[in-house]
Formats: sequence, structure tokens, C-alpha cells
Amino acid sequence: MTELEAGRVRTLVPARNGAVLQRYRDVLIALIAFAVLASLPLFTGSKALLDFVIRCSAYGLFATSLNLLVGYTGLTSFGHGMFFGLGAYSFGLIMQKLGVPIPVAFVATLAITAVIAAVIGAICVRLKDIYFAFVTLAFQMLIHSTILSWASFTGGDQGLRGGIPRPAFLGINLANHVHLYVASCALLILGLLAMRQIAQSPFGYTLRMIRDNAARASFLGIDVWRAKLTVFVLAALFAAMGGMVMALFVSGAYPEFAYWTISGEGIFINMLGGVSTFLGPMVGTVLLLLLNDTVTRFTEYHGIVLGVVILFFALGLRKGLLDFVAEWFSHRRNTGEGR
Amino acid sequence: MLEIRNLAKSFGGVKATNDVSLDFPDGSLTAVIGPNGAGKSTFFNLITGALRPDSGQVLLDGVDLAGRSPPAIVRHGIGRAFQVANIFKSLTVQETMLAAVSADQRSSAVLHKRFPLPETRDRAEHVMELLGLAGKRNRTAATLSHGDQKLLDIALALVLEPKVLLLDEPTAGMGPEERWRMIDKVRELWETQKITVVFIEHDMDIVFKIAPKIVVLCYGRILATGTPDEIRNNSAVIEAYLGTEHAGAAA
Repeated sequence: MTELEAGRVRTLVPARNGAVLQRYRDVLIALIAFAVLASLPLFTGSKALLDFVIRCSAYGLFATSLNLLVGYTGLTSFGHGMFFGLGAYSFGLIMQKLGVPIPVAFVATLAITAVIAAVIGAICVRLKDIYFAFVTLAFQMLIHSTILSWASFTGGDQGLRGGIPRPAFLGINLANHVHLYVASCALLILGLLAMRQIAQSPFGYTLRMIRDNAARASFLGIDVWRAKLTVFVLAALFAAMGGMVMALFVSGAYPEFAYWTISGEGIFINMLGGVSTFLGPMVGTVLLLLLNDTVTRFTEYHGIVLGVVILFFALGLRKGLLDFVAEWFSHRRNTGEGR
Repeated sequence: MLEIRNLAKSFGGVKATNDVSLDFPDGSLTAVIGPNGAGKSTFFNLITGALRPDSGQVLLDGVDLAGRSPPAIVRHGIGRAFQVANIFKSLTVQETMLAAVSADQRSSAVLHKRFPLPETRDRAEHVMELLGLAGKRNRTAATLSHGDQKLLDIALALVLEPKVLLLDEPTAGMGPEERWRMIDKVRELWETQKITVVFIEHDMDIVFKIAPKIVVLCYGRILATGTPDEIRNNSAVIEAYLGTEHAGAAA
């Protein structure tokens, strides 16, 4: 080995370890987070707190998957909520009509979502900016009105009534509140871990290139359309996961799950928490649900309060909460180095 | 060898590229000059797939690439840098290079591994050293100086290890001193990398000094081709394009 080669190996090894270490660190954080969340029922008997975490899981999966589109790829979808609704309805209908084990219905729902997202995505991702936003919104409305008008199948505006059967599998009984809670936390953590992997993979950096400058990316040999379609389908899968958690939680599915306001809340959450960090949408989810729950307790005009809050973040901070914190830290570190 | 055969493109009634045929032998360095609106950038856009030619062929080692998409043409080995630095503003210099190598190695869709892939490092490192960007590897592209952004743009094209490198005004928007540094860099790259380089340039001093071969475009047509001396003494070129400038330089 020449001296030059030796030098190259020395610089390579720590670099390779860096990427692997980062992955171990993420898994470690996920394990700790899961351990903390899963042990919560041991310390508190509060059903309301556990319910809150389950709702955070459903919305958190949904909002974080939206950030894969908005924050990482620069695709602002106004119709991402359709996959949340699709997940809830597919899962509920499969369980009600076919009575298969829950894991089978889970996988089948993901498969159905993937096919529908691929078809809708193939049409949408060719479009840019506002056109993409509005065509995704149009598809959302299409799915919503299909649910409303196909009453014999979907229950129409009444939703899926009669409860979703939740037979036990592998010793897990989702009809039991604590079991459902732990399963929701597990799905949330696994989903976040998988999305983190996507964001930090070579594909994740391809998405960032497309966000910054799609034309230049294509001059590097990247098939922009295919990359956008791939992330559109992947994001839809995680949104459907969120929808399934929601369907399990309320033991039903309702047209509101597929209404455009769900997409609006997803955008709102991303604005609240911030799109420049991976966990921004998760922070936004907790903030929004906290706000929703506290404000509705005090006033029926909670829309006004939420509107003021979003104006504060959009016009005051001009970024989400976690964006703000991350910038503050990097600013502090830079000035520290300068000294 | 890059061969252009009867390439044509019109916008409405304007013939932006009008029956252009040119040969660029392997390892050649060619300057493309011409007054504003001569069709220089259009010529590049046709070769790289940004525009679809109305007719004609773009042959790289005998394969016709005319009308194919930019990604397909890049993968055949024609890289380009842009007149206005065309970069990824939120990525660091190093991330930009590593991601570009990933794209070239067909691993830009890999999901199950972490970025960056170890096998992308050497090439990224090599090109950063080559263009003097290694010391700025952790700078975000948007915070680089104008000159460094242009270098990063060229680095993006170069890191794909193209057979042919097209540089659309590498010195655009630079001061006189910076221009010479950039063009020395271009010449150095051409000499060390042994690739075919074609560049568009406005500064005549630069063109006559470094380009062994010059192509003059005017109204979408080739007005003349030849060595700097031939071009300098070509009456059609002097009349159409250089006359006034040379008179000014002589005075």
C-alpha cells in the first residue's frame, strides 16, 4: 500500500463509520422513545393521556409523511389527506367484510393504497407548484364524494358503523385499550424510523436536489418524474398507516377522514412544527392537538384562536417552531466557534 | 468523437440554429463565439436535450442522441455547465458532489442505505480537489461566492466523468482577474482530464489565447471555423463581428 492509498483509507474509514453510526443513533433514539411511551401506562391510569398519544400517532405518521413531499421534495400536496381516509376506509371495510386477521388487512390496505397512489401520482407529479396542489386537492374531493355517494358500500355520510372487529393476533388484543396504545406507539416509531431512513438515504438526497433545482437534477441523469412518483407513493403508504391507526382508535371510519380539511390540518401541522427538520411535523402534531383540545374546552370559537396562532408562526416567526429552534442552535454554535 | 449533422431549430420564424454541421474530435478544445443572439446557447441546448431539434443528428461515438431526454444524454457522456450557476442551493459542496456521483452510479434511488455511499467518496473528493473546492466542502452552496458557484456548477458536470464537457460562458459575470483564473482552470481541466471541451465565451482575448479551434456562429449559421489566426484574418468574421472591436483594440 502506497502512502497515498494509506492516507485515503484513513480518511475513508471514519466517514463510512459516520453514516453507520448515524443509523445506530437513530435506532437507539427510537428504542428509547418507544420504551418511554410504552411504559407510560405503568405510571398513569389516565385514559385521556393514552388517547392523546394514540391520536398523536395517527396524525404524526400522516403529517411526517406529508413532510416527505413538502419539505424534502418541494411538492406541496393539498390532497394528501385522501390517503389518510383511504387507509382508514380500506382497513375498516376489509375487517368488516372479510374478517381476516388484522396484519393481513394491514398489508392489504398498504397494497391498495400503493396502487391508487401510483395511478393518482402518475397524473399529478408531472404538474408543477400550484397546479400540482390543486389537482391533488381535486382527487381528494373525488375520493370524498365517492365515499359519500357510494352509501351501500361505505355507509355514506354515516361512515362505517357497527365498529371494526379487532380479533386478537399473536397475543395482541387491540380491543384492549393498553394493547391498542402500545401497538399505536410501535407503529408510530417504526413508521418514523422508516421515513427517517428514506430521508437520509441516497434517494432522500435525490429528493433534496429535485426540491432545490429539478432541471439541474435531470442534467445529472436523474429521472425526476420517477423519483417524484416514488416518493408520492411512499408518502401515501405512511399516511394510510396513520389512517389505519385512527380507524382502530375510533373503531370506524368517517367521511371527515377523507375530507380536504385533513389535508389542511396536515399543512397546518407542518407550518407549526417546521419542514426543515425531520421531527418538525411531530412537534407540530403535538402542538396542534394540544391547542385543539385546550381551546375547544374554553370557547366554541376555536377556529379564531387557531387562526391567530398560525398567523403568528407564518408572519411572526416566518417558520415552524422546530425550524426556529434548529436555527437558534446553529447560530449559537457558529458564534461560539467564532470566538 | 462528437459529430453534429445538419442540426436545425426554429422558434416561430426565427431560425435559431440553421443547418449546423460540426466535428469535435476526442480530446479537442473548441471555443464557440458569436454576437448576442447568434444561437450559441440554443446550440448547447439542442445537444444536451434541453431543446428538441427540428431536424439533424447529434452523434456521440456514432450513436444518435438528437431528441433524447437530458438524463439519457447525460448518461451517454455529454455533461454541461450553465451560463448562470445552476446548483442546489441548500446542499453543501460535499453533499452536492456525493449526490451527483450517486446519480452517475445509478444509486440515486437506493432507499435501504445511508447517504453517502462509501463508493461515491473517491470521485467526489477527486473533483473537489481538482476545482479547489475541497476547503469549502461544508459550505452551503447558496453561501459561496459567485465564482465558486460557477466552479461548483462545472464540478457537477465534471464529476459525472463525461466524454464531452460543454461550458456555457464559464466566465460570465466575473471580473477580469477572476476570468483569467477561471479560464486557466478550464484549460488545466482539459489538459489533465483528456476530455473534449466546448465552451462559449465573449472575451476575445481569452478565446484567441487559449482555444486551438474556434467556431463562429452568426444568426444560427456557422460563419467560420478555424484556428485563432485563421479566424482573426477571416474577412467575413471581421466584417460581421470583430471589425469594430479590433479597431477599438488597435487604437
